[in-house]
Amino acid sequence: MNYKSIGLGLLCAAVSFGQFGGELRFCLRADPKTFDPLLVDDDNSEAVRYLTGGVLLHVNRVSQEFTPELAASWKVDLQGRRITFQLRHDVAFSDGTAFSSADVAYTITKLMDPKLHSPTADPFRSSNDMPQIATTAPDTVAITFGAPVSGLERLFDQVAIISSHSPKAVLGPFLVADYKPGVEVLLSRNPHYWKKDSAGRRLPYLDRIHLQIQENRDMELVKFRRGEVDLINSLDPEVFEQLSHQSPSMVADAGASLESEMMWFNQAAKSPLPAYKKAWFANQQFRRAVSEAIHREDIAKVVYKGHAKPSEGPISPANKFWVNAALKPHPYDIASALHRLEQEGFHRRGNVLYDRDGHAVEFSLATNAGNRSREQMAAMIQQDLQAIGIKVTVAALDFPSLIERMTQSFRYEACLLGLTNLDLDPSAQMNVWLSSAENHQWNPSEPTPATPWEAQIDRLMRAQASELNAAKRKQLFDQVQQIVWEQEPFLYLVDKNSLMAFSPLLRNVAPSAIQPRSYWNIDLLQKSTTLAGSR
Amino acid sequence: MKSVFGWMVLGLLLVLSLGSVLVPGASYAAQNREFTNAAPSLRFLLGTDDLGRDRLLRLLCATRISLLLAAAAALGTLLLAILAGGAAGYLGGWFDRSMMRAIDLMLSLPWLFLLIAARALLPLNVSPQISLIVTYFLLALLGWAAPARVVRAGVRSFRNSDFVLQARALGCPEVRVLWRHILPNLRPVLLAQFWTSIPIFILAEANLGFLGLSASEPFPTWGNLLRELQSPLMLRPESFAPVVAVVLTVLCFKLITPWGGSQV
Repeated sequence: MNYKSIGLGLLCAAVSFGQFGGELRFCLRADPKTFDPLLVDDDNSEAVRYLTGGVLLHVNRVSQEFTPELAASWKVDLQGRRITFQLRHDVAFSDGTAFSSADVAYTITKLMDPKLHSPTADPFRSSNDMPQIATTAPDTVAITFGAPVSGLERLFDQVAIISSHSPKAVLGPFLVADYKPGVEVLLSRNPHYWKKDSAGRRLPYLDRIHLQIQENRDMELVKFRRGEVDLINSLDPEVFEQLSHQSPSMVADAGASLESEMMWFNQAAKSPLPAYKKAWFANQQFRRAVSEAIHREDIAKVVYKGHAKPSEGPISPANKFWVNAALKPHPYDIASALHRLEQEGFHRRGNVLYDRDGHAVEFSLATNAGNRSREQMAAMIQQDLQAIGIKVTVAALDFPSLIERMTQSFRYEACLLGLTNLDLDPSAQMNVWLSSAENHQWNPSEPTPATPWEAQIDRLMRAQASELNAAKRKQLFDQVQQIVWEQEPFLYLVDKNSLMAFSPLLRNVAPSAIQPRSYWNIDLLQKSTTLAGSR
Repeated sequence: MKSVFGWMVLGLLLVLSLGSVLVPGASYAAQNREFTNAAPSLRFLLGTDDLGRDRLLRLLCATRISLLLAAAAALGTLLLAILAGGAAGYLGGWFDRSMMRAIDLMLSLPWLFLLIAARALLPLNVSPQISLIVTYFLLALLGWAAPARVVRAGVRSFRNSDFVLQARALGCPEVRVLWRHILPNLRPVLLAQFWTSIPIFILAEANLGFLGLSASEPFPTWGNLLRELQSPLMLRPESFAPVVAVVLTVLCFKLITPWGGSQV
């Protein structure tokens, strides 16, 4: 008898039919600040919300397409002011009470209540008016906003529907069973979860989730190695490489994430910098020259051990729909950089670059102390720019001091920091690209656009925000990306890859570049008791 | 015998660190990006760091800086301590009481936070070398209180001694009494304070550097080099070289300090 064949057959059967039971264990960096899904404002609370909350529609983290959840279908009309949901019939809360349009109305009313100060509600606030909610039937709800809301559907991916009867009842695959501050959050399977697998059995497969609160990332790694946690949602490249050497099947590189590293020059009109330095930083050719003198490939290879790619522009390729695929990373080209500088009146004497007025070109590059990757990047930029005669002084500051300089006193020359786009839609970046925005970091809160290209970006961002046709919005936002690529107010350096680790006991894992990267398909994750088979 | 060993090791460290400047083409900042995290070899005796920089050259540069600047800061501290403690002990009265309260205040200050705050106020385009000198200068400014208390106690013990009374009786000015008659008798105490202060300052800089708040890239200090130990799971044997250097140096200063440097 061929026992191997029988074993393989049983395994295949187990995978295809789904294996129920088991406890998934992973770490949160800190205690969740809230268990109220409408008040979520931090990653740890968001993890609990994601695992326990039911949403009307969902963004598939791999395909990045909308998938129906509690709403079987939906329709956006009135130029983006109204969205009508047709709800599922076979859905109940975790306490067994039926889900209906009244719960959606209750959730949205509570969410938009100004007294609640819900961060989740902010993207919905296109006007000061409260939305009008019409529940025409138990399975139909229409929400009408005072002004068009661009990308309206995607916003509902973040809104967990709460019960109008019981504050503890949830619609997600799990519910909070226990919480010990500073120690753990225990989630148990929602017995009334509406989703079923292909065999008609009620999901999720897992019985419990044990979220261990562990701030120390080294301890998290130790626990993973001991088998005390089943996944690590985000890994440093060094740790990834180390785990990869030990067991390649335990790590996953999901490719470019939505996290990128960038630097920018201080162009704020109210900064106390000398006029000649302001002139350098405002000069497009100077910024382009600096950009071309930075060896992005080396940064990706040395600092991120190859788990990053030179940035192509403001949008990472992880954002499949909105990235402008025509843009390419700025090449490393010292000759071109020097040519640009010479055209602008800069000249070299010995190993030092001078401007046309004889000022030696040097600037400080501030970054946050304690972030080794950034300090390494700063040191590499320092050496790269030395090759064209620019002296860079690296200044590692504690984070509050850095933020104070960036937002209050503007006493800095250049800054190196990271950017994470949590939302795929460009409208979520209005607070960066509009010249009047506070997070328009190179020159925040401009009363009027300081340059024609910033005025053009303002026009394009407003146009895309009021456009309902996705293809036309894409065209408009492509132009924004093109301008940013040409002008380089931000010098995008690298897009970091999404690195994770999984226990070999986990099945159905589908690593994604978008949060929550490793457990976005939580209702389908299975935990085997044997190590055989593939994921 | 112990102090001889201490002197020999410290001398060797100083000679090696100063001698590394003379090696042609050697640069603690040069990045060999093709040889990152290289294991020890004939070309790189202690291997290379994350950016491909020679660990040995960086360690020797950090040793040179720490030994010289910590000694300079200790000297500065001692001068302040002599001025403050000597005056308090010799003059007595309200000045002594005021100075003692000032010393108590200085000793109760959270010096680490003061240093961090002071560093944050520095202009960003200050070179790493200058910022490190400023750091040690601040350490010297903040470190005078403990030795000043010792100096005060020593001066008070000599103030009414027979030889001081005799000098006064012969018409010797007060400043001369203090400078020529009392301070020379305090020499063992002052030397002990000097040798004790050096390792304190070395460890203080190491603390700051470990937090990423000492000299910035690419300048190496012992504190900066010790930061590699923040990821204990990624360590290699050569990562411990700065630890060995710091521990050995502090130990040697303890050995050469009269009475064993009990304050360290």
